[in-house]
Amino acid sequence: MKKIHFSEWGIDSPRYWGMLAVLGSIVAIAGGAVYYMEHNGHWVTGMTNQVVWGIPHVFAIFLIVAASGALNIASIGTAFGKKVYKPLGRLSALLAIALLAGGLAVLVLDLGQPGRLLVAMTHYNFKSIFAWNIYLYTGFFAIVAVYIWFMMDRRMKAWYKPIGIFAFVWRLLLTTGTGSIFGFLVARQGYDAAILAPMFVIMSFAYGLAVYLLVLMFVFKADGRELGAALLKRLKNLLGVFVAAVLYFTLVYHLANLYGTENHAYEAFILKDGGIYTLLFWGGWVLAGCLIPLGIIYHPGLGNTRGGIIAAATLVILGGFATVYVIVIGGQAFPMAMFPGKTIIASGFFDGVNGQPMLYAPSLPEFLLGLGGVALVLLLTFIGIRMLRFLPATLSDEVADPHHAKP
Amino acid sequence: MSRTEQQGRRVFLKKTASAAAVAIAPGVMLHALPAAAAPRAEAVSGEIRWGMLIDANKCADGCNDCVTACDKENGLDLVDMPEGADEAHWERQRPRWIRQVKLKDNLSGKITNLPMMCQHCEKPPCVDVCPTGASFRRADGIVMVDRHICIGCRYCMMACPYKARSFIHAEVAEKLTHTPRGKGCVESCNLCVHRLDNGESTTACQDACKHQAIVFGDLNDPESAVSRALKKYPSVQIRADLKLNTGIRYSNV
Repeated sequence: MKKIHFSEWGIDSPRYWGMLAVLGSIVAIAGGAVYYMEHNGHWVTGMTNQVVWGIPHVFAIFLIVAASGALNIASIGTAFGKKVYKPLGRLSALLAIALLAGGLAVLVLDLGQPGRLLVAMTHYNFKSIFAWNIYLYTGFFAIVAVYIWFMMDRRMKAWYKPIGIFAFVWRLLLTTGTGSIFGFLVARQGYDAAILAPMFVIMSFAYGLAVYLLVLMFVFKADGRELGAALLKRLKNLLGVFVAAVLYFTLVYHLANLYGTENHAYEAFILKDGGIYTLLFWGGWVLAGCLIPLGIIYHPGLGNTRGGIIAAATLVILGGFATVYVIVIGGQAFPMAMFPGKTIIASGFFDGVNGQPMLYAPSLPEFLLGLGGVALVLLLTFIGIRMLRFLPATLSDEVADPHHAKP
Repeated sequence: MSRTEQQGRRVFLKKTASAAAVAIAPGVMLHALPAAAAPRAEAVSGEIRWGMLIDANKCADGCNDCVTACDKENGLDLVDMPEGADEAHWERQRPRWIRQVKLKDNLSGKITNLPMMCQHCEKPPCVDVCPTGASFRRADGIVMVDRHICIGCRYCMMACPYKARSFIHAEVAEKLTHTPRGKGCVESCNLCVHRLDNGESTTACQDACKHQAIVFGDLNDPESAVSRALKKYPSVQIRADLKLNTGIRYSNV
């Protein structure tokens, strides 16, 4: 393995500024959507007193989960000492920060009182997992920023591994905290399960790596850097393992629910009769998010083509959005079991009359806010790699892979 | 300086002083008053725990009096549908503190009517999850929202097992002094806390129920009507499995 040199992203200025302009416009449109929603109030959205978290939360949670996952590549290089991953670490850490920033921006801008963010920073209820998450998220920014500094500054070499391990532990805590937002909710049938925390961790592995792969392939291709086939193969095989793990956790979560009679109605809703939620579960979460990517990744032909890898990573991301949608919205749409053994036949507050699910139809401004978060992630990433040396000059196999066999 | 000028200043100072006295005096008086009218100045204590017993047998089918009374008492009837909103959608967004629910037993087909609202848990999940502590439980058992520090995250609404909370989805033009509300905050039944803090001992829903299905009072006082009723009749908590020790109990459910 040769010495790795890093350099700034070298695409043409017009192309760079053009991309920034497009992404900036999407962010600006999202800003307009936020103004519209905050000015009028949430009545202009699809959210109600029954489905209180909507599309913005789906985007925010996906991005936050993917953020911690994107850091994995750096962790494998630092905490687990895999040399081939080391040159990939800087981009991994930058992407992690950008994804978290995008996710948090969406989350915060959907608050009923976004202007009271300062209140959230000064008043804490430490029994709330949300309050813990405020520390976990801000801590993540600080730790990963220091991590990037130590990666880039030769003088800090002695501290590179300790901070890497610390960041890895922190990111596990962070995703555990995000999963626990739902896992700790005793009220609703679809939540209240400890498995949600590790399931979110494994989801983050898959989504974060899928996002990382796509960004890496795009930015390398854009300025003509070489990305070795052996390295790419390692990454896509890793993605395969993570996706299989998501499928495994999905299986255990639903099997556990199916065993206990009290959860049968919820399982029937998600797996069989839930309309859009059933469709998104089987079509999005299982098929597009897990089975098809696995088929592509381990297909002897397709799995080794760049197109195949791009398709697999894209499907993992789309499936990921479907997964978060089913968890967040599906979990709320299913009526709460307030009166076991009885059916609610009339209600003045939409309590799931005759077992009917709660209605939710996402509105355009909610989508625009979510897309703004995604655009912000790319905007921050592109600015970062243009300004500082995040990208290895080459990742050709003979440079990057210590086990590369010379032809 | 001439004498007339000095006089002018003296007159001016006198006038100003008397004007100031007129302006400030009522404020001083107001500050002095609460010492006499003690309860509102003192923190509530845990000696009292407010609660209710609702007899579902007495709750009449089709009656909505408690809901109407609550809407009026707490200014919920002043929350207008925003212009341009879809009526069916707005119905799902408008705030409700109490609601009528009609149940059918899956085995026997027995029909039960009951009002549902915040159950004023001793260990409320909404208080556990609130990041800022805006959702809180008073020492006297009332669970409510501090609207000054509610950031509108709606996590309490995700956590409440009774779906008791409402988010204010639109600007509210008119509101009552004792129940201020603002767009972007969460709220729910507070057992008419303004009445209790003013020395009254009933809630609007209880007063409105002509079938006497609601008995309200101090659960800690063995002689209170609610305690005596609870001792006399079998009662249940909704979602007793969660062991939240609710302040609202039901009989004949």
